[in-house]
Amino acid sequence: MIELDRVSKRIGEAVIVDEVSLGIAEGELCVLIGSSGAGKSTVLKMINRLIPLSAGSIRFAGTDVTHIPPEDLRRRMGYVIQSIGLFPHWTIARNIGTVPELLGWPAARIGARVDELLSLLKLDPASFRGKYPHQLSIGQQQRVGVARALAADPDVLLMDEPFGALDPLVREELQDEILRLHRDSHKTILFVTHDMDEALKLATRIALMDRGRLVQAGTPAELLAAPATPFVRDFVGGRDRGIKLLLVERVTQHMRAGTDREGEPIAADATLHQALSQMVSQGVDRLAVVDGEGRVIGTLHLADIVRR
Amino acid sequence: MPRNRVLFILVLVGLAAALGLAFLTAAPNRLVSGRPIAMVETLQAARWLIAVPGLVLAVAAFRTPRPAVCTVAALAAAALLVALPWLAGAQAAFLAEQASPAARTSLGGAFWTIEICAALALRDALDRLGLRAPGKLSALVVVLGALSWLALSGRLDALAITREFLTREDAFGAAARRHVLLVGAALLPTLLLGFPLGILAHRQPRLAPGIFTTLNLIQTIPAIALFGLLIAPLSGLAALFPALARLGVAGIGVTPALIALTFYSLLPLARNTAEGLASVPAAITEAASGLGMRPRQIFWRVEFPLALPVFLAGLRIATVQAVGLAAVAALIGAGGFGAIMFQGLFADALDLVLLGALPVIALGIVADAFFRLAAARFAKSPA
Repeated sequence: MIELDRVSKRIGEAVIVDEVSLGIAEGELCVLIGSSGAGKSTVLKMINRLIPLSAGSIRFAGTDVTHIPPEDLRRRMGYVIQSIGLFPHWTIARNIGTVPELLGWPAARIGARVDELLSLLKLDPASFRGKYPHQLSIGQQQRVGVARALAADPDVLLMDEPFGALDPLVREELQDEILRLHRDSHKTILFVTHDMDEALKLATRIALMDRGRLVQAGTPAELLAAPATPFVRDFVGGRDRGIKLLLVERVTQHMRAGTDREGEPIAADATLHQALSQMVSQGVDRLAVVDGEGRVIGTLHLADIVRR
Repeated sequence: MPRNRVLFILVLVGLAAALGLAFLTAAPNRLVSGRPIAMVETLQAARWLIAVPGLVLAVAAFRTPRPAVCTVAALAAAALLVALPWLAGAQAAFLAEQASPAARTSLGGAFWTIEICAALALRDALDRLGLRAPGKLSALVVVLGALSWLALSGRLDALAITREFLTREDAFGAAARRHVLLVGAALLPTLLLGFPLGILAHRQPRLAPGIFTTLNLIQTIPAIALFGLLIAPLSGLAALFPALARLGVAGIGVTPALIALTFYSLLPLARNTAEGLASVPAAITEAASGLGMRPRQIFWRVEFPLALPVFLAGLRIATVQAVGLAAVAALIGAGGFGAIMFQGLFADALDLVLLGALPVIALGIVADAFFRLAAARFAKSPA
C-alpha cells in the first residue's frame, strides 16, 4: 500500500531522515516508533506531502506520491494529530464532514456518514452532532478527530502520536477502539508513537527509528525475541524485556488441553501478561481458558507462561 | 462607606458641578459672553423632581451593587440623561419669552458635567449588570431615542445650539452626508490595501517589521501635517493630468482627505488582520492542510473565520478614528461636521462648535457600538 524507497530529508546540513526504506502492506497496523527527534513524524508527513522529501521516493497504491496533487492525496489518507486540531467554529458534525464536504458529497450522505461514525466511536449522534469542540472532553475530541479522519473512508490512516496528550485511562480506551477498528475494517494504519507499550499493544509490525535511520522492522515478538542491536534491545524493553514479551503473546498459543476449572476463567485471546496478572492477584497457578461463548477449551498453567 | 466608589465619585462630581458651575448662560446676543444661571435658579416648583434620580444614584452608591440596585441606578441615570436637556430647554424657552430674538441661552458647565456623569453612571450600572454588546446597544438606542424625541418635539428649540441648527438645517444635513461619505469611502481602499497587507505580514514574517514600522510612522504624522503634505503633490498631479482633475482630484477637498484617512486607517486594520491570523493555533491549520484543504480553502473556511473577531475590532478602531479625523479634514475643504465646528471656532460661537462636535461624538459612539455588536455576533461560536 505504501512503499518508502531510500527516503531522506535534509534541512541544510542536518539529516532528519536518512535513507529509510519501508513497505507497509495493505491491512497492516504499522507502528513507527523512536525517541523524539528520531524523524518518525517527518516520515509520516512526507507520506502525505506535508513535508517535501529531499531524496528517494514514496509510492502510494503503486503511484509515486509526487505524481498525485497533494490535496487529492491527503483526502485519500485520514490524518490524526496529537494536538487534535478540530475546527473550533464548526459543530462536531461539520468537523467530521470536512473531507466529504471537500469531495462534494451531497448533504444527506454526509449527514448519514457523520452519524454512522459518531456511533462507531461511541458518541451518541443525537447529542454530539450539534455540539462545538470546546464542549467536549479531550478524549471525546480525539474520538471526533479519528472520526473526521475516517469520514471519506480513506485507504490509509496516518496517526501522529494521536493519544500522546490523553490521560492513561482514556488513552487505553482509544487504543482499544483503534484495535477494534483495525480488526473490523482492515484499514492500513501507520501509527507514530514514542510509547513502547502502546506499540506492543497495537502493532502488527513495528518499525524502530533512531536518529533518522530505520534500525529494525518486524513483528513485536520478533523485536523482543531477536533485537538487531543493543539499542533495539534497550529501547523495546531493557530489563523488562521478559515481561514485555508476555504483552505480545496470547493465551491460545500456550494453553494445554484439559478442562480444569481453577479460579476465574480467562479469555483465549487475552495476553499472557493479563493471564499472569490474574494468577498473581487471585493466588492461583492455573486458569481455565474459555472461548468467546464461555466454553472451557483448555488450561493455562504458570509453567506454560514461563517455559517457552 | 460607599459600596460603589465609581458611582459615589460620579455623584460627588455631579453635585459639585450643580452647585458650583453655571447650568445655563444667557447672553443678549451671540457675540457677547452671557450671564451665568445656576441650576437652583431653574428649579421652581415641580422641577425639583429632577433631583429624585440624583438622590437615587446617591443612595445606590452606598448599596452593594446587586442586580436590583444596578437596574434602579441604570434607570435613574437614564432619567437624568433625558431630564437635564428637558430642564435646560424649558428654562431657555422661559427666558426667551422675556428677551429679544437675538438673545442666546447656551448650555453651561454644570449641564455638561452632570450629563457626562449620568452617562458614565449608566455605563457603570450596565457593566455591573453584566450586559453584553446587544444589551448595551439597546440602552443606547433608548436614551438616544428619548433625546431625539425631545429635540423633534421642539422642547429644545429655545436653546442656542438648537437655534444654530435651525438656521442652517440644510448645511447640517449636507455636512452629515459628507462626513459619513468621507468615512465610508475611506474604508473601501483601507480594506483593499490593509487586508492584503495584514495577510502579507502574517505569511511573510520577514516583511512584517517593515510594514508595521511604515504604518506606525504614518500614524505619528499629525493629521493637519499630512493634509498639508498632500496638497502639493495632488495639485501637481491634477495640473499634469487634466483627466484626473476632471475626476475631482485636487490639492484640497475630498481627495487628500480620503487619502489621509486611508493612510491612518491602514495600521489598525492591517495590524489586527495579522494579529487575528496569528491567533489561529498551528494545530488547526495543520489539520486543515492534512485533511486536504487547498490553501484558499484553509484561508476562507478556517483562518479568516477564526480571525474575524480580532479583524472586526481593527475595523472598529479604524472607523472610529476616521470619524474623528474626518472632522479635521474640513480644514482642507473636505466638508463634514468639521466645517461647522471650524466655522463656529472662527466666529467665536461656542454653540456652533458644539453643533459640529456633538454629532462627531455621536457618530463615533454609533460606529463603535455597531462593530462591537457585529463582533459579538461572530464570537458566538467560540474560538
